[in-house]
Amino acid sequence: MIKNNGFLPALPPPSTSVGVIGWLRQNLFPSPLNTVLTILAIYLIYLVTVPTVSWVFLNADWVGESRNACTSGGACWVFVAARFDLFMYGFYPESEYWRINLAFAILALLLVLLNIRQVPRRGWLAAFTLIGYPVVAFYLFSGGLFGLDEVETSRWGGLSLTLVLSGVGIVASLPIGIVLALGRNSQMPIVKAVSIVFIEFWRGVPLITVLFMSSVMLPLFLPEGTSFDKLLRAMIGIVLFESAYMAEVVRGGLAAIPRGQYEAAKALGLNYWKSMVLIILPQALKLVIPGIVNTFIALFKDTTLVLIIGLFDLLTTIEAGFKDSNWLGYAVEGYVFAALIYWIFCFSMSRYSQNLERKLHTGHAR
Amino acid sequence: MTITNNSDASASAKTIIQITGMHKWYGEFHVLKDINLTVLKGERIVVCGPSGSGKSTMIRCINRLEEHQRGKIIVDGIELNDDLKRIDRIRREVGMVFQHFNLFPHLTVLENCCLALIWVRKMPRKKAENIAMEYLARVKIPEQAKKYPGQLSGGQQQRVAIARSLCMSPSIMLFDEPTSALDPEMIKEVLETMIELAESGMTMIVVTHEMGFAKTVADRVIFMDEGQIIEENDPESFFSAPEHDRTKLFLSQIM
Repeated sequence: MIKNNGFLPALPPPSTSVGVIGWLRQNLFPSPLNTVLTILAIYLIYLVTVPTVSWVFLNADWVGESRNACTSGGACWVFVAARFDLFMYGFYPESEYWRINLAFAILALLLVLLNIRQVPRRGWLAAFTLIGYPVVAFYLFSGGLFGLDEVETSRWGGLSLTLVLSGVGIVASLPIGIVLALGRNSQMPIVKAVSIVFIEFWRGVPLITVLFMSSVMLPLFLPEGTSFDKLLRAMIGIVLFESAYMAEVVRGGLAAIPRGQYEAAKALGLNYWKSMVLIILPQALKLVIPGIVNTFIALFKDTTLVLIIGLFDLLTTIEAGFKDSNWLGYAVEGYVFAALIYWIFCFSMSRYSQNLERKLHTGHAR
Repeated sequence: MTITNNSDASASAKTIIQITGMHKWYGEFHVLKDINLTVLKGERIVVCGPSGSGKSTMIRCINRLEEHQRGKIIVDGIELNDDLKRIDRIRREVGMVFQHFNLFPHLTVLENCCLALIWVRKMPRKKAENIAMEYLARVKIPEQAKKYPGQLSGGQQQRVAIARSLCMSPSIMLFDEPTSALDPEMIKEVLETMIELAESGMTMIVVTHEMGFAKTVADRVIFMDEGQIIEENDPESFFSAPEHDRTKLFLSQIM
């Protein structure tokens, strides 16, 4: 007889189910078919990885001045290095690069500060980032004040132009989208109708048409002599277009908030705007963070379409780079570099949104 | 502004809610039919009846979560109509506790309680927090103040919801099936909170199926069916000698 007057002690699991061997057995070789699939998959990974690594790194040429330096048969990163300034700054005058660098350095600093909990008065900092900073950045970019030389927007370009376009698009489309979403849910028939027409109009046309309209058609309707900036027109087009998408994303969040939340807010005596700003929107926006960021990422990549109206964003400057007769034939390097830059920004946004979701989670399942 | 007729001062001074000839329709559907109800200050009224009988809709009309289409509702001398200012004034007088608590999940318990004090009563945050803590202590959960609603049990959430309403120092409290969404072991703690509140002299209208609560606390029990008030009596007579057949049937089904 075994005498057992207490709980049995815990035994370690058998060695076949833990550790490296256990993991391999469970996940890679659990059955003959899966073993075959595993081996096949490893072979495919090998087929793709080896030539890629050797093209990108092992056989690549990194240093040099001209295409003569590219002799190894791999990627010619000399091309990217040689035209790097063009890709970053477009045709901005070289002596003024520091202005763009400074503008982005300030932005980076603000974003870092905003994400440190211990920083005092983060609310004011956020307000400055959204309202004050764009003004500062605008004057740094365009000059004309404080003895800075004026640089016309037609000379802006490269990654900095892409960031300007998408930054403005992101910052402006969210609030406009929120207002439109509230408008579409409004009890007031005219507000509702205007919102619906706006949203459905802008969602129904391709962005490329919007950009064409803004750069080709719009000047025809304006009185002769008035011309306003091509970049500004493109920006307005992008903002209106994206805010229609944003409105629908936000509306999805609003629809997910139970009616009880509205009623509780009403019963406490909160009026419409207070209950929206304090109760409904914080919850609705939190729910649709993935959708909002998805729209931001799409917007970031959609800015490449400005190439059709002759603005030189990152992708366009890269294409201009490899069409230069000195560098003909290096399109692949150019596109890989463009893809890398876009990927870094989009992936960062995606990670940041996941981080934000975790931070805002307050332990309620819905 | 129409103020209630004060000719009969002694009686109307004590009347806090007066509903006369109130009707309500949802589209074609006639949900409330000729509701007449007078509630005196400090009175505790329990409303019961089968589901779909319009009891929740009736109390929701009192703070205008639902609109009535005919008849009059006068709360504390203010007649309810489309005037938003009046609706706001009445909502400040009337607290409401819901079946599903409806706490704000993105705010802590303390913030839930302070919110209306700060944004509706324009009170400084510090003072609002003191008041909120006082009421959280009264519903016996001051230690949960920093938690989020999602981290509390159903019973605790409902007590927070009661505290949240009390913070606004309402003169009337409406309860819309406050224990129906709770697990059985949590009903007691909520009912105890409500009994304490009743003992402090609060005017209460409670829609509930808790007949024990009705017997111990209510001054009057109202039975509704198919959008009408069928029977209205003191709890003792109501439970021992119901007059109407439908009341008898209802009581036999739930007791």
